[in-house]
Amino acid sequence: MRSMPYSKKVIQHFKNPHNQGVIKNADAVGKVGNPVCGDVMKIYIKIGRKKVDKGGKAQEGKDFIKDIKFETLGCAAAIAVSSALTDIVKGKTLDEALKITKDKIVKDLGGLPAPKVHCSMLGIEALHKAIENYKNKIIK
Amino acid sequence: MKIYLDHSATTPMDKQVLKVMLPYFSDKFGNPSSIHGFGQAALAGVDAAREELSRFLNCAPDEIIFTSGATESDNLAIKGVVKALKKQGIKREEMHIITSLIEHDAVLEPLTDQEAKGMKITRLPVKANGVVDIEKFKKAIRDDTVLVSIMYVNSEVGSIQPIREIGKIIKNINEKRLKEWHKCRTKNRGEKPRPIYFHTDATQAVNFLDCDVKRLHCDLLSLSGHKIYGPKGVGALFVKSETPLKPVQLGGHHERNLRSGTLNVPGIVGLGEAIRLLDKKSREVENKKIVKLRDMLVNGIMKNIPNAILNTDREISTPSHAHFSFLGVEGESILISLDLKGIAVSTGSACASSSLKASHVLLAMGIKPEVAHNSIRFTLGKLTTEAEIKQVIKILPPIIKRLRKMSPEH
Repeated sequence: MRSMPYSKKVIQHFKNPHNQGVIKNADAVGKVGNPVCGDVMKIYIKIGRKKVDKGGKAQEGKDFIKDIKFETLGCAAAIAVSSALTDIVKGKTLDEALKITKDKIVKDLGGLPAPKVHCSMLGIEALHKAIENYKNKIIK
Repeated sequence: MKIYLDHSATTPMDKQVLKVMLPYFSDKFGNPSSIHGFGQAALAGVDAAREELSRFLNCAPDEIIFTSGATESDNLAIKGVVKALKKQGIKREEMHIITSLIEHDAVLEPLTDQEAKGMKITRLPVKANGVVDIEKFKKAIRDDTVLVSIMYVNSEVGSIQPIREIGKIIKNINEKRLKEWHKCRTKNRGEKPRPIYFHTDATQAVNFLDCDVKRLHCDLLSLSGHKIYGPKGVGALFVKSETPLKPVQLGGHHERNLRSGTLNVPGIVGLGEAIRLLDKKSREVENKKIVKLRDMLVNGIMKNIPNAILNTDREISTPSHAHFSFLGVEGESILISLDLKGIAVSTGSACASSSLKASHVLLAMGIKPEVAHNSIRFTLGKLTTEAEIKQVIKILPPIIKRLRKMSPEH
């Protein structure tokens, strides 16, 4: 229909972002970016405990992302990254979530224009910050 | 409904322009440099276009150099004058050029390049309305100033620069210096004072403003075809006779040996026709019509969208521009949202859209970067209708509302 700098997938996420909003009683929040640079991303996470069952032996449970929501000020790419990222990590354990790379997000979005690739990094940073804040909280 | 409100990026070519161009692609295909009949038929088209431009600019036909567009014209003006002065024996380190902070990159980048090679550059600040401060300009003039390059109209916010005033100031200084020199005794007066040359990039002005070069007192003026309902890939540089200029592109001795390269005949013919269609009377009518529609757009937006800031000062801008900041929303996300609804706008200048930095023009106007990122530029044209403006006023508020709701900063 048109030649956009953005892939269809990016536009879909931008038009109808998933997990957009606020978790009121979030276990942790991660906020990165700066309006001076044009982008701010805020990730809210709610943590659950997964029972890991290996060979019938009950092991210690693992923390996982039970719910995740985002708020983003930024370009279409930043909003699409937020949406795709939250989709990818929802239900994942914290360790698994921390392993997600920016390339994974970019790939999931069907690519991003070169000047916008940094937006995917912003998503990773926001997620890492939220998880870090959560870990700091439970240590205390 | 598809709505185009990005006329500062480019304009739809007038059908009349297309009609006049068509024979020159195939029937009158000759090379205007050829002496035979085929060449001469093509040359007649080029000559007629040159006549049209000379009438519009109030200059001699041989003071016009056809180029590939305003970027080339700007590059030729700056590099060509510097090259000619160097040939006269002036070192680059002894040259000072005045420009403004809000110029197009086609002026800023060649100057930055010269600066790296030792040239002294002063970049004038602008006032909050995006207009160069004349007093600051006067103070910036030095004994070693050789060139001033200030745009006629800023492409982002539409602010009109005081080109005639600047031209007059330069003319007076040049005349005064020459008079004093003549007064001196022949043996003590030294070399004849070198005049300061004045270049203006008039790309965004041609549609709306008087471009009489004698009235503006400019020595060089750049313009482009595709911003005035003409074809892309063609433009012109006016060079007043006796202005020192050396070619940047060598090879074919075209355009009085100042711009080599076989002439883009259909493009030049189209540029001539686009200029012909810009007669003064119809321009006044168009301007009034566009101003009315722009006011409707501005009032509709201001009424229906809270925290919208109009960055275009309507008192001192071309009729086309309405540049806004919508606080708390990133400009590109508005652009994409509008595009999905068939409305084409821009975030500043089309050329800047691949860069992520806040616009240098807005920053120069004193707008904070976090606000500059929130910007959208509407530029209306001669085909813009009331129905289109109404549609934009209807579609934009919910877009802003949705994006603001998504932001953590709201």
